[in-house]
Amino acid sequence: MSKILIIAEHLNGQLNAATARCVTCARAMNPESIDVLVLADAPDAIASAVAKLEGVSKVLTAARAENAHALAAVLAPQIAAAARNGYTHLLLPSTTFGKDVAPRTAALLGVGQVSDIMAADGAHKFKRPIYAGNAIVDVETPVDAIVVGTVRTASWPVVAESGNAAPIESLQLDVELPTHTRFVGLQQASSDRPDLQSAQRVVSGGRGVGSKENFEIIYKLADKMRAGVGASRAAVDAGYVPNDLQVGQTGKIIAPELYMAIGISGAIQHLTGIKDAGTIVAINKDPDAPIFEIADYGLVGDLFKIVPELEAAV
Amino acid sequence: MKILVGYKRVVDYNVRIQVKPDGSGVVTEGVKLSANPFDDIALEEALRLREKGIATEVVIATIAPADAQPHLRNGLAMGANRALHIVSGGPVQPLAAARAFLKLIEKEQPGLVILGKQAIDDDCNQTGQMLAALWNRPQATFASKLELNGNTASVTREVDAGLETLEVELPAVITTDLRLNEPRFIKLPDIMKAKSKPIETIELTSLGIEQGGEIKSTRFAPPPKRSRGVMVKDVAELVAALKQKGLV
Repeated sequence: MSKILIIAEHLNGQLNAATARCVTCARAMNPESIDVLVLADAPDAIASAVAKLEGVSKVLTAARAENAHALAAVLAPQIAAAARNGYTHLLLPSTTFGKDVAPRTAALLGVGQVSDIMAADGAHKFKRPIYAGNAIVDVETPVDAIVVGTVRTASWPVVAESGNAAPIESLQLDVELPTHTRFVGLQQASSDRPDLQSAQRVVSGGRGVGSKENFEIIYKLADKMRAGVGASRAAVDAGYVPNDLQVGQTGKIIAPELYMAIGISGAIQHLTGIKDAGTIVAINKDPDAPIFEIADYGLVGDLFKIVPELEAAV
Repeated sequence: MKILVGYKRVVDYNVRIQVKPDGSGVVTEGVKLSANPFDDIALEEALRLREKGIATEVVIATIAPADAQPHLRNGLAMGANRALHIVSGGPVQPLAAARAFLKLIEKEQPGLVILGKQAIDDDCNQTGQMLAALWNRPQATFASKLELNGNTASVTREVDAGLETLEVELPAVITTDLRLNEPRFIKLPDIMKAKSKPIETIELTSLGIEQGGEIKSTRFAPPPKRSRGVMVKDVAELVAALKQKGLV
């Protein structure tokens, strides 16, 4: 039977919801146990949040000053040491955190990694997207080695909270840590809007929006709908919005209930980021834009006329 | 300082990907192959560091079948000084690629290694991180800005929360994100010049890399399709439809 170790993602003392999606993925493998490891300088509050997640057997904490920031070079040797305590699987979310840390850990453990797990059939057979989601490949991992994987968060719902909190134990990892990598700073766009990766509704703008100033109409509509804001690569490259709003193959892969693509033509690299959305609405002046091929509702017209109308109507 | 750049050949990003009807793979015969876009960015960054006088030599390396020489010529035409061609029978997985690159590092002793953050064929996003681990050196992934200051590099990284800055001691592995730079176009005279630049071929099997940790791909399938929906005539019709579904 499988014993799964999940690495919790957190920032500023808050647990990231991607961790609860990893638990859902882990449960799909029918394991004997699911433990979650919190590496932080002050892990207690995060560990309490993890303990409430349904299906978690045990929460482990590794408290060290060096763990104040998620540096792959610092975390990977600790995670590898923890994983060697009899675990059969190691899972991280396929976020920039997991993508950075998981392969470094896999290499230390001498195994390959399954990136972006979107489905599991038992504990060693998985499905993952390749070619920007234009093909899905079935992969099989060796049964005699630890499985290291990242979980495609858009494919797995957040696990519910349970009434019984899992036990929390502190873990002593006697690992020497490198000092060659130092955290300097994080420039974080402060926003009261729902987080793009967990928002139920997302309003996205593309090149058609035309400028940073014009993007204001996207923000206004999003605020009226209590939606998160996203953007195409073209809009980010043009400097209309910061990079953390980018949706697509190399940006964020999201699965909101409602996705509104405004002034986005729909390059395949963008579409791969929204394939799992519940309902897709496309607004574009070009009736031949590829976005209409996958949209549930399409509206052809001038976005500068349509968006304010929409804002008034919702 | 010498910079080693990973330069993978992939199916061009504009090609419409077709899965073979028998599910044995993706059609790669007869389709346009190009440098992985992130690797072009990696090469461009290395060339800029050489043009600034920080780097002295830019070496590109690929792991590919014998027919990949024209691909390496493109990288040489873009400006790399020389190329290393690790000749493989077929595709290699990220862990094997990292093990092979470690052998190149031991031989070449670069001061910096720049790779693309992911290849747009397997979308693994692993090789740079694995290489940094095996080499026991720093990694700075998803770089959108790179500054070298003597023995350290300051790297701005595109992360989910925003932009993170790290300071890493050199040598280190950097992986590129889209906004690090815009790669130059290759000019005709440079294509001619590239013909005389050296390409060293090395058989993958001669490197003596460690085996194991392989993941088996058993079947390929096209993704489930989203079907085309309906076109609405105006905002009122759109809002009515969304309201009916309880979405607004």
